[in-house]
Amino acid sequence: MAFLFNDFRGWKTYCLEKNIPLYRAVIEFEVEQRNRTEAEIWAGLLNAYTVMREAVQTGLEEDMSSRSGMINNGAKKVYKNPTTVLSPEFQKLISRALAAKEVNSCMGRVVAAPTAGASGILPGTMYTLQEIHQLEDQQILEGLLVGAGIALIIEQKASLAGAVGGCQAETGSAAAMAAGAIVYCLGGDIDQVFNAVAITIQCMLGLVCDPVAGLVEVPCVVRNASAAAIANSSAQIALSNVSAVIPVDECVEAMGEIGQSMESRYKETALGGLAATPTGQAISKKVLIQDIEILPDHD
Amino acid sequence: MSGKSGIFDMIGPVMIGPSSSHTAGVVRLGRAAIRVLGSLPDEAVITFYNSFARTYEGHGSDRAILAGLMDFKTDDKRIKESFEHAKEKGLKYTFKSVGNASTLHPNTIRLQLKKGDRSIEVLGESLGGGVINVAEVNGFTANFSASSHTLIITAKDVKGAIAYVSEILSHDDCNIATMTVSRKGKHDVACHVIEMDSGLRPLTLEYMRSIGWIFEIIYIPDIDL
Repeated sequence: MAFLFNDFRGWKTYCLEKNIPLYRAVIEFEVEQRNRTEAEIWAGLLNAYTVMREAVQTGLEEDMSSRSGMINNGAKKVYKNPTTVLSPEFQKLISRALAAKEVNSCMGRVVAAPTAGASGILPGTMYTLQEIHQLEDQQILEGLLVGAGIALIIEQKASLAGAVGGCQAETGSAAAMAAGAIVYCLGGDIDQVFNAVAITIQCMLGLVCDPVAGLVEVPCVVRNASAAAIANSSAQIALSNVSAVIPVDECVEAMGEIGQSMESRYKETALGGLAATPTGQAISKKVLIQDIEILPDHD
Repeated sequence: MSGKSGIFDMIGPVMIGPSSSHTAGVVRLGRAAIRVLGSLPDEAVITFYNSFARTYEGHGSDRAILAGLMDFKTDDKRIKESFEHAKEKGLKYTFKSVGNASTLHPNTIRLQLKKGDRSIEVLGESLGGGVINVAEVNGFTANFSASSHTLIITAKDVKGAIAYVSEILSHDDCNIATMTVSRKGKHDVACHVIEMDSGLRPLTLEYMRSIGWIFEIIYIPDIDL
């Protein structure tokens, strides 16, 4: 059973042979590997989704200003803006992804899905999908299980950590989970779900992790919004049977390869990219602890 | 470690932001340390090392460690207001920062805790994803994760001590997962840190406490995430 989540091909073969939906295989995996009961799994998922919805609400209602001052109630401004770029739904999607992620930056409660740095993407997309399509909670929970299966494979073949694979590993993986979940929830078949994952990864490849002052704020918060948008565009493309051409397993491998060859200054070290800009450096000087004892070098 | 990830590592953990290694892991280090102390501390000296040294304030690790020392869980919303809670509870604390400690893990915290006459020192590492390693207890090598049941025995360095202790544990149907033993010197004080797959009965702990060459038993049941 553990072999299932080594690649997408194995997951698909297993589901076709047993004639079960994608989420079923994820439940079987968890029951076998973790000795959990199915009831515990559904309860855990419902709890996670409840926390996600709360995070969206909290981010849109309570004061969200971070200690550094870089995050300052952005989600509310987007939500209330009278100028609508695309549609009110799109505006809500973006503001909700921002809201949940701002809660994370401001020490509120979130679900790390798959990581804390990407904790706005699934809440923003799933909340909005459920509202637009009037889906039952149960369908969303099944979508989250599909997302979990996607993340398990990415973790095996590439990485979910910004310090290992850059931002593509965090917001890229979360967007891939969301795209797969959206397609699943809208009745897409296995190939369409996996095609959505492949397209999303293609859109997120190469993204570096360059947080200003090392904090999970800039550019992490806005990237949660763009990742939520990409998840939706990829789902729309995949549901229309436009092929990603490169199969999903190979896309994940490309992500792993790019992550490995990325220089360490682009992997959460705050030494490159936006963190290294003059403004990034000035902010860093202001927010980092200066009263520090530095030990002498050892040989 | 339990090995392969599960679905609640992908959809979870539920935690207080912004970062699993700077908040969740730090809270858990605090919770492990107060279990070594045996109670909530009156006073704490908290030293942040290396990567933590400059970023602990921006990431809220200062609030997270105080929250852990007050036994708040990793998903407790009070973490954000832990300065206020510490003031209310009369917990006195001092923060220090030390950089370039090349022998220590990038995310290391030293905790010196006091309750009445009792004081302890714990060196802990936040490994990422909320996973921790308690590297040292009172200067002895420890290396436990607090995710399984842990026994810390301080005893005289005598012949057969390790065999004797493991025999007692096996009689309580207890499988040893890891064991770290170190000593100050020959026939001096030794420390056994044992991680176990299941818990111990109070009777077993009481028996071990009655053994002449054992000075102290600290028992830490697993801390749930």
